[in-house]
Amino acid sequence: MTIDSVRGAPGTGGLADSELVQLLTPEGERVDHPDYPLDITVEQVRGLYRDLVTVRRIDLEAVALTRQGELGIWASLLGQEAAQIGSGRALTDTDMVFPTYREHAVAYCRNVPPLNLLGLFRGVNHGGWDPKDHGFHLYTIVIGSQTLHATGYAMGIQRDGVLGSDKAGATIAYFGDGATSQGDVNESFVFASVFNAPIVFFCQNNQWAISEPLEKQSRIPLYKRAQGFGFPGVRVDGNDVFACLAVTQKSLAHAREGQGPTLIEAYTYRMGAHTTTDDPTRYRLKAEEEAWKAKDPIERVKKYLVKEGAADEAFFDEVEAEAKRMATELRKACLALPDPEPSAIFEHAYAEPHPMLTEEQEQFAAYLASFEEEGTAR
Amino acid sequence: MTERKQFKLPDVGEGLTEAEIVRWHVKPGDHVEVNQTIVEIETAKAVVELPCPFEGTVAELMAEEGATVDVGVPIISVDVAPDGSEPAAGAPTPTPSASAAASASEDLVPQADEPGVVQPEQPKRQPVLVGYGVKPGATKRRARKQASPPPPSSSPSVQAAPAAPAAPPATRPTSTVGGTGPATGSYPQVVDNGLPLAKPPVRKMAKDLGVDLATITGTGPRGSITREDVQQALAGPAAAASGVQAGAPAAATGVREERIPVRGVRKATANAMVASAFSAPHVTEFVQVDVTRTVEAVRRLRELPEFADVKISPLLLVAKALLTAVARYPVVNSTWVDAPDASGARNGTGGGSSGGGAEIVVKHYVNLGIAAATERGLIVPNVKDAHTLSLPDLARALAELTATARAGKATPADLTGGTISITNVGVFGVDTGTPILTPGESAILCIGQIRDMPWVHEGELAIRKVTTLALSFDHRVIDGELGSKVLRDVGAMLEDPLHFLAWT
Repeated sequence: MTIDSVRGAPGTGGLADSELVQLLTPEGERVDHPDYPLDITVEQVRGLYRDLVTVRRIDLEAVALTRQGELGIWASLLGQEAAQIGSGRALTDTDMVFPTYREHAVAYCRNVPPLNLLGLFRGVNHGGWDPKDHGFHLYTIVIGSQTLHATGYAMGIQRDGVLGSDKAGATIAYFGDGATSQGDVNESFVFASVFNAPIVFFCQNNQWAISEPLEKQSRIPLYKRAQGFGFPGVRVDGNDVFACLAVTQKSLAHAREGQGPTLIEAYTYRMGAHTTTDDPTRYRLKAEEEAWKAKDPIERVKKYLVKEGAADEAFFDEVEAEAKRMATELRKACLALPDPEPSAIFEHAYAEPHPMLTEEQEQFAAYLASFEEEGTAR
Repeated sequence: MTERKQFKLPDVGEGLTEAEIVRWHVKPGDHVEVNQTIVEIETAKAVVELPCPFEGTVAELMAEEGATVDVGVPIISVDVAPDGSEPAAGAPTPTPSASAAASASEDLVPQADEPGVVQPEQPKRQPVLVGYGVKPGATKRRARKQASPPPPSSSPSVQAAPAAPAAPPATRPTSTVGGTGPATGSYPQVVDNGLPLAKPPVRKMAKDLGVDLATITGTGPRGSITREDVQQALAGPAAAASGVQAGAPAAATGVREERIPVRGVRKATANAMVASAFSAPHVTEFVQVDVTRTVEAVRRLRELPEFADVKISPLLLVAKALLTAVARYPVVNSTWVDAPDASGARNGTGGGSSGGGAEIVVKHYVNLGIAAATERGLIVPNVKDAHTLSLPDLARALAELTATARAGKATPADLTGGTISITNVGVFGVDTGTPILTPGESAILCIGQIRDMPWVHEGELAIRKVTTLALSFDHRVIDGELGSKVLRDVGAMLEDPLHFLAWT
């Protein structure tokens, strides 16, 4: 590490704008980047806008439901919509996602019903989607451990011998800035690098690991760490959905071709609390939040659409109304979620029937049946 | 026609049991939308805004601002149109595993007449990591069907067998499980029949050791009795007396820390102390005085008919001495008032000093505060217009004040409007202290214990009754000279009560 790189850290202070890949400014101006050209139609931009608004609304509803005692906890993605939608829309069917517990927008891109996510935090399911069907692994709560799973899975794809063909897939592991301090993440960097595994490490640097600021996590910009492990790292404006899309597309393509891993540091900001049990006013300043509000990921797409004459008020109103309708439906469905049958605990323990488990399941069923019907005794 | 729905305080953190209502954003009669912010609450972790789960008209706010409310207690009721947008909110789909009592959220928590008051007959709610916490009654077992008559009580070993629930159904054909035997023999150790909770091996151990479980307070989950509890009980009072320090009973049962919520008097005290300590620059001075004559004077006063109906102590003369000193030096009995824009003046470039526009309000009356230790904590009620009272009246007022305070019946009027205070730490057996000012006052006198000490009296070493007086004062208002004079004069009066005559 040179003295310069030390000086370059940490946080926003040491970051020259030239390091940040940006294709859409906070003012809604389209800019080009030599390494990351992006061909995108107006209709696709409108689609991205719709995605962004919808996931924000779903997230808002989940926070409200938590405040009303209907969910146990919720990790809000507020402010990180572009990082998740941009990277999520870069994925193809052959790719496999390994998320944390905050990747609600990526789940949305992978067609995981938001109701499943709510059920998880309501305590009535364990996620309940088939990771294989959606190319989207279950939420990982333990910080950083999914990067190891993703690396192993990527090495599996490699061993399938499909890289470079049209059947090729890659994995993408999501994690946060705090996770970069975890051993698991660093181990997975080592393995991915030396095995040249088809994986994209997608770090959403939202500046805060709960109450720990970035400068207590790293003395150099996070993306620069990749160099030390032997693969490329790139920092992208995490509030710029175009840039996140372009950079992730290129990194995934790179991986599928057998060119090895990439670390993407999506430089963004967690506008809300870490989770609904956290109170950010205790450790950070309002002024910082206000500064990031000006970089809102949705506003800049809206400004761009208006500037291009690609959307009018009617479109924005319709998107808003549709998101609200979805949220209302989601609320209803969430409140109507039934408690699981006690015997459901046995159902997903093993892929194949298992004699001991079957016996235990029968015993448990008999035990449950041994009770009087409600209200018939006493 | 509308339906009235109640919103119960949810656990908005993980395992929180209560929250304080900070501010209501709505009032009765207001229309509310789903997810509209209705109230701010403060939990142990955070201040959070609660969104309304219903659309409708606010019927009633069921908890006042400032009240601390248990999780699950209704805080607001809303009149909702019957075909409103929230048909499912109050009644999640009942499932076989949910008891009937729990199927409608209205029944999750019993109606409490007062917000925040959990009715005592309900089982204690246990904090859990989700939602509304454990449903009261949800831990009650349903009766078991009986395929055979209950085992006779003469076979306790069968009762204690831990495998009872699992083993018989596994070996029996399932048809017998549905048998229609009498449901009289319910489990021997159900939660709600008053028997203590303990795992079967613990029961066996207690039985073998001859320890009666009913005499033990459990420290395990849900108050269940653990092996350690049984061993503790067996070791019994002997261990408690010899091995364990007095005042640390919690350590004996393995609990190394406990958390006591800060509320009520403790909270008010803490706020007052912080406000005072960090706004008024405190100075404390001390003087040791020979109060043998005061003690003697008190003894003689007790014999006077005017004091026949009241108990008096040297505190009476300390109070009188302070009142006399106030009459001589009125500025000690005053309040520092910041200028309305004091903070602006401080921050501005022009003002510089913190006194710009501030005033010292000198009170020509004395509401004499007496710090009292009560079961609820420290409170400082005051004797109104103490400067006008004769000595017998002052004695009666002090007696009445402390009695009222100790009984926990001090009114807000008793507790506000004080102008100067006395704290008697001598009753705790210590010599002196550095008291913190009661907010809004400029001086507080502290009296320590009176004890026999070697003392130079009239040129000879003698055993005299000696105490230490301390005076803390607000140095913005009172200079060292004035504070010293007040303390010295109080000391002089107590050293020789003749000074009372000279100075009044």
